[in-house]
Amino acid sequence: MKFRVRVLVRLRPSVYDPQGEAIRRAIAADPRLNAESVRQGKMFDLEVKAQSPSEAKRRAEAIAEKVLANPVLEDFSVQVLLD
Amino acid sequence: MARFAVLVFPGTNCEGDVLHAIRTVTGQPADLVWHKEGSLDGFDAAVVPGGFAHGDYLRAGGLARFSPVMDPLARMAESGRAVVGICNGFQILQEAGLLPGAMLRNRSLSYVCRDVRLRVEANSSPLTLGLPRGSTLRMPVGHAEGNFRADDDVLENLESGGQVIFRYCGEDGAITDEANPNGSRNNIAGVRNRRGNVAALMPHPDRAYEEALGGVDGQRLFESLHRFTEG
Repeated sequence: MKFRVRVLVRLRPSVYDPQGEAIRRAIAADPRLNAESVRQGKMFDLEVKAQSPSEAKRRAEAIAEKVLANPVLEDFSVQVLLD
Repeated sequence: MARFAVLVFPGTNCEGDVLHAIRTVTGQPADLVWHKEGSLDGFDAAVVPGGFAHGDYLRAGGLARFSPVMDPLARMAESGRAVVGICNGFQILQEAGLLPGAMLRNRSLSYVCRDVRLRVEANSSPLTLGLPRGSTLRMPVGHAEGNFRADDDVLENLESGGQVIFRYCGEDGAITDEANPNGSRNNIAGVRNRRGNVAALMPHPDRAYEEALGGVDGQRLFESLHRFTEG
């Protein structure tokens, strides 16, 4: 079976995010908008062959760990999309 | 005699500068090596030049570590021979796990392209062998992601182990925030591995090795690399 899996990669909370901060300042420049903080990340949608959702999740986690995220800066979360 | 490999990935764009710099500064033979090569036999040292390997897709340097040439490069590093990275080559060596830390987007969010001054912090690396500690060099940077990051414990180990080889400094050699072009922690511009045979820096010695380029301080680094290969 094929499963759609969504991987979100984020800068770790301790890492300053210069892009997110620039976006926050742009939002703050418009008095009608308001965001206390902004953190920018990346989203990957994968199609993974597996026997079960849990196997698909494990396979995607291995990909995220090896390729999609740099552990020095980033962590990730994996969600199997059941539609 | 030493033979130098200059690695070329799709998107590398400083290989010609590095090749010419090695040949003219050291007088030694150097060859371009395509990233699909499975061997670096016959080479005494390797340089990973700047550019945008694999288009910087995913992350700067993030896809290069899956290129076939990275296996022999890792073996070269394990064998104690010199492996050196410049700019994008630094990012590639970090992503490959051969050097610590990672590069974040510059704190200015801008691509920074200008001369900087570097202070030599340690002379036990292929890029600084024989250079006086505390001396300074001038050469350009050109990068958008040179903001050196490492966790506190990693940073402490780098500092206490003498693995920081270059810092951004002012004209007088002072380490100041104004002299820091990208927000790097501790003004770090270059590091080496624990063993001392793998080293890299963000600035470009390959853009400062003859008067026509506006500076010659980059020569010192290629001379150092040559000395290192002579053991």
